[in-house]
Amino acid sequence: MFERLQDAFSGAFRKLSGKGTISESNIREAADEVRTALLEADVNYDVVNRFCEQVIADALGAEVTKSLKPGQEFIGVVQKRLVEFLSPPDDSKPGVIHVAPPPTIIMMCGLQGSGKTTSCGKLAAYLKKRGRSCMLVAADLQRPAAVDQLQIVAQQVQKEAPGGARVEFYAEPDKVAAYGEAVGVAVGVCQRAVKQAMRDKVDTVILDTAGRLHVNDDLMKELQSVHKMLTPHQVFLVVDAMTGQDAVNSAKEFHERLHVDGVILTKFDSDTRGGAAISIKEVTGAPIRFIGTGEKIDAIEEFHPERIASRILGMGDVVSLVEKAQQEVSEEEAEELQEKLARGEMTMDDFLKQLRAIRRMGPMKQLLGMLPGVGSALKDADIDDKQLNRVEGMINSMTERERKDVSLLNNSRRRRISKGSAASINEVGRLVKQFETVSKMAQQMAGLGAMGKMKALRQMQGQAQQMTAGAGGGMFKPKVGTKTVSPKAGYKKRKPKKR
Amino acid sequence: MAVFKNVVSRISKGLRRTREALTGSLRSVLAGRALDEDLIKEIEARLIQADVGVKTTRKLVDSIRTDWKAGTLTRGDDVIDHLKLQLKAMWPDADRSLQFATPENGEKTPTVILVAGINGSGKTTSVAKLANLMRKSGRTVLLGACDTFRAGAVKQLEIWSDRLDVDIVRGQEGGDPAAVAFDACDAAVARGVDVLIIDTAGRLHTQDPLMRQLTKIRDVVARRIPGAPHEVILVLDATSGQNALRQAEEFTRAIDVTGLMLAKLDGTARGGAAIAVRESTEIPVKFIGLGETPDDIELFDPEAFIEAMFADEG
Repeated sequence: MFERLQDAFSGAFRKLSGKGTISESNIREAADEVRTALLEADVNYDVVNRFCEQVIADALGAEVTKSLKPGQEFIGVVQKRLVEFLSPPDDSKPGVIHVAPPPTIIMMCGLQGSGKTTSCGKLAAYLKKRGRSCMLVAADLQRPAAVDQLQIVAQQVQKEAPGGARVEFYAEPDKVAAYGEAVGVAVGVCQRAVKQAMRDKVDTVILDTAGRLHVNDDLMKELQSVHKMLTPHQVFLVVDAMTGQDAVNSAKEFHERLHVDGVILTKFDSDTRGGAAISIKEVTGAPIRFIGTGEKIDAIEEFHPERIASRILGMGDVVSLVEKAQQEVSEEEAEELQEKLARGEMTMDDFLKQLRAIRRMGPMKQLLGMLPGVGSALKDADIDDKQLNRVEGMINSMTERERKDVSLLNNSRRRRISKGSAASINEVGRLVKQFETVSKMAQQMAGLGAMGKMKALRQMQGQAQQMTAGAGGGMFKPKVGTKTVSPKAGYKKRKPKKR
Repeated sequence: MAVFKNVVSRISKGLRRTREALTGSLRSVLAGRALDEDLIKEIEARLIQADVGVKTTRKLVDSIRTDWKAGTLTRGDDVIDHLKLQLKAMWPDADRSLQFATPENGEKTPTVILVAGINGSGKTTSVAKLANLMRKSGRTVLLGACDTFRAGAVKQLEIWSDRLDVDIVRGQEGGDPAAVAFDACDAAVARGVDVLIIDTAGRLHTQDPLMRQLTKIRDVVARRIPGAPHEVILVLDATSGQNALRQAEEFTRAIDVTGLMLAKLDGTARGGAAIAVRESTEIPVKFIGLGETPDDIELFDPEAFIEAMFADEG
């Protein structure tokens, strides 16, 4: 994601923070690094230049040069500007607006392959979770099987996404035609869909329009007429987070024709640096509202400029991490587990459940990267999610009785488990030991007050370090590389000063 | 209504101007001017705006600057030719040619083209275009619909197979794509077709399990038909930025990509990321996609590509 931008920034700041006094030319030098980093992150060329000019002006204005910690001060300046570049204007509508009387009409638009249909489904899942019924309207009459895709997506949301609200689907499959031959037909389809939605008392209507190039005048005009006839309450532009310099050209065109209210940035779970976010916001003024974060039907998150800006600057993203955890584990579940822990009754099944909850939250590296300070430290660590697979495998190879009572696990049983899960006997032994330590610690923790908890936690950290370090094939494999020693330092090392 | 129309047409005219200002012709900027530092800076900006990337751009610009200082490159008009020469050297003809199966012991083997890419890059449309291209060159074609994951993907390819009148082997939605690939290979051999084109599900290159699944598909194909896949095409969205490099690297690691298909070049995007990809991974561009119909495919021509990169809006 923004990791590389992080790297490049840290490079620039290291330069700054190493120096005693800072001159204007130092600041320009650092800003140059920022410039390269942003360009490599696909932020638009002109936007980068504007951004850097402002950062330099800010830095000079804030008298970074006179500061004791110019590096930190400079980071502050860059972060503030970054947040500002990403933030919506104060008077803009939040998330998905709600109008009374219903239906709220939302129109999706974007280039081909940006992820409109998937985003329609995710938005429906987002609304369903919040108790708002919705109707997905297949207004993409161009791409072969687009209607089928939306129908399947709608069914998936209805069946699999959490929440109780209804998800309807509206299409007129007989209106589908080859590319460019059904121009204008979408307007009628949308109008009839909205009528249907009124009859069915649906809260929100989502119009899935066909992907089109912003330079295709006919298709853009069709989009304009859908907009004019249906007067949607919100227009979302769907943009691929991996888009390069051209992002501004297409976004600008869509915006000038339709007045885009918000942007949905898709495929954000890739390792793209996502500079398009900054460009689009800057050029159109339309704020990023949502980000698509995975293959799952409800993998959509609200966009928070502060968090993204912090992430760019390597400050971690604890808020997102907590939110992710809350999504996976309900409060009751957490309380129930807490009680179990206090009674010392945690079983392998509970352990497995926890493990699975964590895994659902995303790849380990991504999760740990959200912790402050961990991001850059983890850069070279080879974190192996497969290790968790093995643990799952081992637990799955245990009988129900064994899972409830690990003390049953004698050597013969361990051998069986090792065969069943293709893990070595040592690994099984390690798992049992880890489990015992964790459950003992957990019991102590659950019975302690706040101060005691802190202490125990510290103890546990020590234990955990030992565990992972001793695990050999553990989860953390720090890359062994040659240490770089500056010539000066190396010289010092070789010739220690005596006397 | 008439008033409304008038306004609209005025707006769109205005837009066209903006577009020209944004991505307009470098050629016209260069024409008739003597090369100087300002002009070189301008060239640098244009290359970055075309998604060529900072690193590759600096390399290209440095070579221009070196020649300029040496006095061998003095006129703005010569710069594009200079770039063309460089890029042509990057993309020799031999690299861009297509590999076809050679008959084994006198028996005909189908040529297998495996198509992969991230979600929404344009794989299925590109498969249709490739099928059309092969068919027009007198070869018989079979399609393997291995995108069993995305809703409606198989149906999408089926519609294309109908329109193009080529056979298709399909699996169940949610089924094992490698199994479909195997069946498709079987069918290709049994029916004695010339070319089998396999469509796969879009996947982000960061998703390990999905990338391993792709490797498995490739391995299954290789086991069923020795020497296959003869071409492994990565479909790259021309609008993509520097992440294209990561895509090329990861897909190559999984399935040894032999060439790129640069899709969606009919917009305002210049597809310069392909240059960055070539520079760092040596994967050549083999095809370009220029529209929505099956005829909108061209074999890649570096000279035309660089010309288009600096050309006026059409």
